[in-house]
Amino acid sequence: MTGWLTALVLLPAVGAAATALVPGVRAAKIVAIATSLLVLALTVVVGLAFDSSGPLYQLTDQVAWIAPLGVYWSLGLSGISLALVALTAVATPLVLGAMWAEVDDTGRSVKAYYALVLVLQAMVIGAFLATDVLLFYILFEAMLVPMYFLIGLYGGEKRQYAAVKFLLYNLAGGLVMLAAVIGLYLQGEPGERSFLLADLVALDIPAGTQLWLFVGFMVAFAIKAPLWPVHTWLPDAATEAPASQAAYLSGVVDKVGTFGMIALVLPLFPDASGRAAPWVVGLAVVSIVWSALVAIGQTDLKRIVAYASISHFGVIVLGIFALTTQATSGSTFYMVSHGLSTTALFLVVGFMIARRGSRQLADYGGLQKPAPILAGFLLVAGLSGLAMPGMATFVSEFLVLLGTFSRYQVAAAVATVSIVLAALYILIMYQRTMTGPVTPQTESVRDVRGREAVLVAPLFALLLLLGFVPGPLLTSIEDGTTQTLAEVGVSDPPPVFAAEGAGQ
Amino acid sequence: MQQFVAPAIDYAALLPIIVVLGAGVVAILVDAFAPARLRARLDVSVSVLALVAALVLLLVRAGTSVVTAGGAVVVDGPALLAQAAIVVFTLASVVLYTEKRLDPAGDSFAPAGASVPGSELERVLTLQRTQQTEVYALTLFAAGGMMTMVSANDLLTMFVALEVLSLPLYLLSSLARRRRLLSQESGLKYFLLGAFASAFFLYGTALVYGATGSLDLAGIDAAVSANVGVEPLLLVGMGLVAVGLLFKISAVPFQFWTPDVYQGAPTVVTGFMAAATKVAAFVALMRVLYVGLGGLSADWTVLLSVVAGITMLVGSVLALSQTDIKRMLAYSSIAHAGFLLVGLVAAGPAGTASALFYLVAYGVATIGAFAVVTLVRDAGGEATHLSAWAGLGRRSPLVAGAFSLFLLSFAGIPLTAGFIAKLSVFAAAFEGGQVLLVLVGLLASAIAAFFYIRVIVLMFFSDPAPDGPTVGVPSVGTAVVVAVAATLTVLLGVLPGSLLELAQQASEFVR
Repeated sequence: MTGWLTALVLLPAVGAAATALVPGVRAAKIVAIATSLLVLALTVVVGLAFDSSGPLYQLTDQVAWIAPLGVYWSLGLSGISLALVALTAVATPLVLGAMWAEVDDTGRSVKAYYALVLVLQAMVIGAFLATDVLLFYILFEAMLVPMYFLIGLYGGEKRQYAAVKFLLYNLAGGLVMLAAVIGLYLQGEPGERSFLLADLVALDIPAGTQLWLFVGFMVAFAIKAPLWPVHTWLPDAATEAPASQAAYLSGVVDKVGTFGMIALVLPLFPDASGRAAPWVVGLAVVSIVWSALVAIGQTDLKRIVAYASISHFGVIVLGIFALTTQATSGSTFYMVSHGLSTTALFLVVGFMIARRGSRQLADYGGLQKPAPILAGFLLVAGLSGLAMPGMATFVSEFLVLLGTFSRYQVAAAVATVSIVLAALYILIMYQRTMTGPVTPQTESVRDVRGREAVLVAPLFALLLLLGFVPGPLLTSIEDGTTQTLAEVGVSDPPPVFAAEGAGQ
Repeated sequence: MQQFVAPAIDYAALLPIIVVLGAGVVAILVDAFAPARLRARLDVSVSVLALVAALVLLLVRAGTSVVTAGGAVVVDGPALLAQAAIVVFTLASVVLYTEKRLDPAGDSFAPAGASVPGSELERVLTLQRTQQTEVYALTLFAAGGMMTMVSANDLLTMFVALEVLSLPLYLLSSLARRRRLLSQESGLKYFLLGAFASAFFLYGTALVYGATGSLDLAGIDAAVSANVGVEPLLLVGMGLVAVGLLFKISAVPFQFWTPDVYQGAPTVVTGFMAAATKVAAFVALMRVLYVGLGGLSADWTVLLSVVAGITMLVGSVLALSQTDIKRMLAYSSIAHAGFLLVGLVAAGPAGTASALFYLVAYGVATIGAFAVVTLVRDAGGEATHLSAWAGLGRRSPLVAGAFSLFLLSFAGIPLTAGFIAKLSVFAAAFEGGQVLLVLVGLLASAIAAFFYIRVIVLMFFSDPAPDGPTVGVPSVGTAVVVAVAATLTVLLGVLPGSLLELAQQASEFVR
């Protein structure tokens, strides 16, 4: 019991309460952003204390929470969760900063906005650190409530529809998962049942039961991630939410879904994961290609980014269920780099929409004349989205495809097409908005302001840094995934050419 | 000739019930002899004192179990927990009855139940600010009946308790100050259907007696286990007894009265009925089935699984199309009866414990929710049409926030009491092998979530209507009840450990 991780979860929650209680709107904003920076600092401290060659879960905190049911407040830091907590800690201050002035124009409570984002952050961090399945589930479901209000209160014209659709999709998935959580819990011996991940992993679950439980968990995570065909809530939610919330939703919050696949599904249901992997890989490939094609056809800026995001989530899922060290590590790395890249894209698109007052591609054109820096921002963010070499996204996508190829050649080959499609939708977006003749509506557009540059700069810096020096992060992730895959009991298939060489 | 021997009676065990019923008698005497201006104050003091005393007595007896009055009454774990819950819910309701600041004409009740709605007499009495103080006595009698019901150990005692709790409720339902015709209609409807249900119960009792030669549950159990073959007479009797009790918890297909009565009754009474009656009838149903008819569990499990599944689905689906907040809560109450039955068919201590926890979690949120309904008013009284609630979150974020919390608890969202309740009920049923029923329950939860969330959307995301209702400033009592209910809803969701433990310890029915 070190208390570091508990502090990491509680700090944003306390900050949310302080934000709500402090008098004055400006003070509330400052308190909220200061809290998020403190969380970032604490994450750095925790990250330095993490030993990448140590056990899977470190700095563990565990106290009995609901004793009669065997529920524990149990937190542990793995290489995978460290990467994702760090992503959350980096993204939150940026998202809060992005609404500094904009939230005043919504006509809704400013304090509530800042407090809700911090509550959401506490729940997301808690879910990344939870090593008790019910604790994870509670946070997984409870985080829908603040997100729902963030979309429904601060969103665009069709925000009610989007918020309800978001909630119902995720709630339905969550209920299916609840059945599986209960089913899993009851596999334990009566009297000594607990929801602790360690206890549940140790259970010997019959293959048939495992498959059902696997499906229960996967439905919830596939909706959350989101994966085709249960993805349709994300474009609506991301389009109607304020740009910074769309960034937070698809950049950070949805990572809980893919995180759940790696951290819970694989170790809990090793046999079922192995058996069902080809099916999930198939779904992921469909998701990748389908969403990329749909993204090309979109005329709404945010919808393009949203569909691009779904396509990339497909890549992440593909890598997880390829079940090779390379692909699974690549996926985890991709969760971080996709988080950074999507956040950057949504923020820049948000800057554009704030200037022009429209989400439609057709309303733009020639923006690079009056706003060259904005154009540059969109280009850099876009290039990170299409996995340009030198960007962190390239490293991750390459690792996933490489790792997948060693097991599923066809799937990897088809998924590679998405790189071409990504170039298409990103560049079309850039071309239609930034190049071409200046229209009367776009000629007076202001260029990027200081605050906006400050928000995006750290994202670009991290994307480039991780693109050129992926080593340290990748090492700590790889240790986590190796241990996880060892629990699943799969080993990497031998490289094809080396095997042929050995035969001669 | 057989000599009559008076059975030994453990008065200490019965004291909580005696205190509450005795207070009812005192309240009647107050209404008869005290000067008019003192009546309300005296009645409230007597009620609150008696209920607090009963609660203290119950707490003192925690952990004990006694069979007394010749085997007619048993005060065991489930009975004590249920009695405590009933007393607390009654106390909250009595506090809500005293609210006089919301309605310019006075409290929630008609000045005289016997006056013709819209008549000159009614107008004069309203102007004179006459108060119908008998509501306190009636509520105490109902509460006493409920407390007896949960510890009734033979079918005849249970029937008497059922009547003692029902008759005051029929009257209370028809005493609303506003929309009196609707209220009287609801009272009459409740009375007629309730009388039918009681008759079913009594006829079932007779048949069970015919089949087993015994009225007390232990005797019935002995006869059932001795007779290995299933006797049609006994099965029909069991079915009819169950009908009487299922009616009271508003399980499908005996739910038809619920929306009308919940809508027509004074809102404070609706909250009382929904929370406390459910506890009484449900614990009685568990006792009859587990203790008396445990030998027939194979038969009633199938029957009640079907009833549970249909109740959950019908309640949830019909709630979708409601436009009145009280009717919506009524259908929600029907759906919750279904979830409770899931805990019942799970059988075993885990099922009992989960159902007891569920009853408390549901009752707390229900009292809170109906108390909030009394706050939202326009010129004609409470504004219960859903459209009137649009934009409430903008004008009164606290009230709308509390109501949302209760709705989230009904929906079973984590970190509220409702989630833990659903989790433990489903876990018990899953363990009892009722996997299909759990899946139906999850489906119903998903449907139900939709209409709870629709109200939240309406309150927070819609713009208020220009001539919409106002949120009244309640007296301290109502505010405290809402605040306590909201706090408990969160507390039981975040730290449910102690109540779960209590429910587990109290989950053994004494035979």
